[in-house]
Amino acid sequence: MKKLLASLLAAFALVSGAQASGGALVLDKFPTERVTDLAALQNGAKIFANYCLNCHAAAFMRFNRLKDIGLTEQQIKDNLLFPTEKVGDVMKVSLNPKDAKEWFGATPPDLTLVARSRASHSGTGADYLYTYLRTFYRDEARPTGWNNLVFPNVGMPHVLWELQGQRAAKFVEVADPHDPAKKVHTFEGFEQLTPGKMSPQEFDSAMADLVAYLQWMGEPVQNQRKQIGVGVLIFLAIFTFIAWRLNAAFWKDVK
Amino acid sequence: MAEMKQAPADASAGEKLLTWVDNRFPATKLWNEHVGEYYAPKNFNFWYFFGSLALLVLVIQIVTGIFLVMNYKPDAELAFASVEYIMRDVPWGWLIRYMHSTGASAFFVVVYLHMYRGLIYGSYRTPRELVWVFGCLIFLCLMAEAFMGYLLPWGQMSFWGAQVIINLFAAVPFVGPDLAILIRGDYVVGDATLNRFFALHVIAVPLVLLGLVVAHIIALHEVGSNNPDGVEIKQGPKDANGHPLDGVPFHPYYSVHDLLGVGGFLFVFTAVIFFMPEFGGYFLEYNNFIPADPFKTPPHIAPVWYFTPFYSMLRATTDDLVNVLCILIGLGAILNLVKGSGQGKTKVGLLIAAAVLIGLLKTFEAKFWGVAVMGGAVVILAFLPWLDYSPVKSIRYRPDWHKIVYGIFVVNFCILGYLGVQPPSDMGNIVSQIGTLLYFGFFVLMPWWSRLGTFKPVPDRVTFKPH
Amino acid sequence: MSNQPVDQSRRTWVTMACAVGGAGGVATAIPFVSTFQPSERARAAGAAVEADISALKPGEMMTVEWRGKPVWILKRTPEQLEGLKKIDPQLADPNSERKAAELTPEYCRNTNRSIKPDVLVAVGICTHLGCSPSSKFQSGPQASLPDDWPGGFLCPCHGSTFDLAGRVFKNKPAPDNLEIPPHMYLSDTKLLIGEDKKA
Repeated sequence: MKKLLASLLAAFALVSGAQASGGALVLDKFPTERVTDLAALQNGAKIFANYCLNCHAAAFMRFNRLKDIGLTEQQIKDNLLFPTEKVGDVMKVSLNPKDAKEWFGATPPDLTLVARSRASHSGTGADYLYTYLRTFYRDEARPTGWNNLVFPNVGMPHVLWELQGQRAAKFVEVADPHDPAKKVHTFEGFEQLTPGKMSPQEFDSAMADLVAYLQWMGEPVQNQRKQIGVGVLIFLAIFTFIAWRLNAAFWKDVK
Repeated sequence: MAEMKQAPADASAGEKLLTWVDNRFPATKLWNEHVGEYYAPKNFNFWYFFGSLALLVLVIQIVTGIFLVMNYKPDAELAFASVEYIMRDVPWGWLIRYMHSTGASAFFVVVYLHMYRGLIYGSYRTPRELVWVFGCLIFLCLMAEAFMGYLLPWGQMSFWGAQVIINLFAAVPFVGPDLAILIRGDYVVGDATLNRFFALHVIAVPLVLLGLVVAHIIALHEVGSNNPDGVEIKQGPKDANGHPLDGVPFHPYYSVHDLLGVGGFLFVFTAVIFFMPEFGGYFLEYNNFIPADPFKTPPHIAPVWYFTPFYSMLRATTDDLVNVLCILIGLGAILNLVKGSGQGKTKVGLLIAAAVLIGLLKTFEAKFWGVAVMGGAVVILAFLPWLDYSPVKSIRYRPDWHKIVYGIFVVNFCILGYLGVQPPSDMGNIVSQIGTLLYFGFFVLMPWWSRLGTFKPVPDRVTFKPH
Repeated sequence: MSNQPVDQSRRTWVTMACAVGGAGGVATAIPFVSTFQPSERARAAGAAVEADISALKPGEMMTVEWRGKPVWILKRTPEQLEGLKKIDPQLADPNSERKAAELTPEYCRNTNRSIKPDVLVAVGICTHLGCSPSSKFQSGPQASLPDDWPGGFLCPCHGSTFDLAGRVFKNKPAPDNLEIPPHMYLSDTKLLIGEDKKA
């Protein structure tokens, strides 16, 4: 058995080492404790409704589910619903998808599950979104005037630019580590062009709240799921202990 | 009419009812034959949990499947939304969905471990060949069931995975393209494909699976279970009642023992469901949270983890590997001619067969041979009872170096699996090709290597420590 | 039966395993059975409906859909309201006492079976076998109706008749008065059907 384990490990080492280390995305870590912070989730919901729902839909998310993060039906009706919408409706978008395709080049995708679908080996979906929302920069070459480090040539403008301010990205040509003859276009840093309404820390915190909301919206039951899980595992531990002693009580007679 | 048994006058109502039933249906007889007086070897170890666990997972999948079907819509326009409906709007729907998705992966974990047990203890050998063959058929059906089930959520991975695999069937010579259209019911994977996969996944294949599982168990009970020592308990000493001394009745000893296995399994199963249902993107793939888009192929398509070893072998079958296979087959036939122990007729027959095979290998494209290799990798398992020439059943009494051979087989299988998840690469390709040859070599050369080495004496009685 | 002495340790553990296992089994069954309850989507679709009655003239009726059923909103004339008091002997349940909890909310247990005397809000489904009765507001003799017909509703399927407060006439296939749904006034001209202050 030990030999099996050792050879298994050795084989993996060989194979992983042999993999070319491609240009993997380096993502910032999203502060996960915000997903259980009701105040953060409510702030995120507010930002989402104010900035994102204009162009994006969240067609699987019902408004009244927001009660799970501490909002009352009245608060939902007053702050988040259009007059024609009911609290049991789903978060549809008012933007016509055909117009969107014309203006942005692509239909803004539905965001209900974006936090689940953007996960990868580079990080969780929340890491991706947290980094994406904070790495927009001015780029005159793009139709919207904006580009993004995480999603190059994205069709989305920097909707939150008033909060973060405008930034430019500085790129330098660096020698390619694999091939000294070639040069690689590498990101060096941001330069603040105009200030935003929020300081960088405030903006980061607001984006963390927004991403916490997006993560929660991807699976609203996630916090209860883990709580129930604890109870279930405790029960099963007790049951397995009883099954073990039951087994022993019978097998002690077998010679 | 046969003699009806009478319950004694002072029998309880329950006993009288049972007698009435027994006169018309072999209830007590079946119970005794298969549970109450089915004597199984007393030295079962950890590896023997996985059969009953496989049955448990089958039941879990069927029950959760039924409840999912109550809310799922098998329509290309509605399917993805109906799954989110189950996750959000149906009370406790999320739990049932996670049980089913985790159960699918759990099924393969359990079945692979169950097959491994068969491999190391020689459970497929005489007189249990049919148990093994039924098992291989179950494995094939399970793969079909999982493949079709995966299309149902209609996510990006569902769609493109199905598109790729069905296109493989188009590689079959002559009938390929028509076959692919027949399977799809359309020129591309679409609503027609979804609907028929739904019918097959929910009704047809589960019924076949249930039938095969019943056959598998009946075949097992007919000859009795094997055990880690490979000792036939029915041929050993018996007690006063004619029961093997090395056996214990399944009930209560193994019903209680299996309950322990169930407890442990459920602990791990529910830990995954409640704390990591996506399992790093291996049980629920990230791309599948995006609705299927026929116009946008994801950058990296991979089958679900349990298919990846076979997928690796499929990808590895390039023109180069086909040439290598031709050489190996040619060499094998010549070696058999020169050093083989068979009759002259057989040797010539094999030479001709090899020539034909080499001709075919060079005629049809490597893409088709990739499919054949992938299918062959599964089918070759069924031949195990006739490939194993070892004088000894269980690995316990085989030469120590046989353990290394089995170890290499398992490690190789895992590496092939890992490579199947990765995007294709040059190094990965070469390693997969070597892995494919190793995999097939294990089986094809088994008649030869399984005889080699110094075998240890097999005891008359099972090794059992009272506890 | 076996003559072996009882193995107490076995028995203890068997009992415990059955008890704990049974509890686990029930706990597992609960989520499965719960999936049968109306989903969020069903509850949203069955949510209360608003109706604007500002344009409703006396003698006119409008219909809104609530939970897949037609709900009639009838503005009754003073004559029609007067007529309601006189026909008690012809009705099977003039005081809406049968199945009161199901059919007539507390705030409608009056002669007119309504909150505002002139506005009837009733579910337009015959209590016999579920057809939707037709309006027969014209009083006097007509086909399928008695000579002293005071005005009301006639169900075309099996001939049951209801008065202008939805009360069923005697000797008809339908056993009960028409259901009055929970409802409330959000303003003088806006009705909310499906919810009342108690909910």
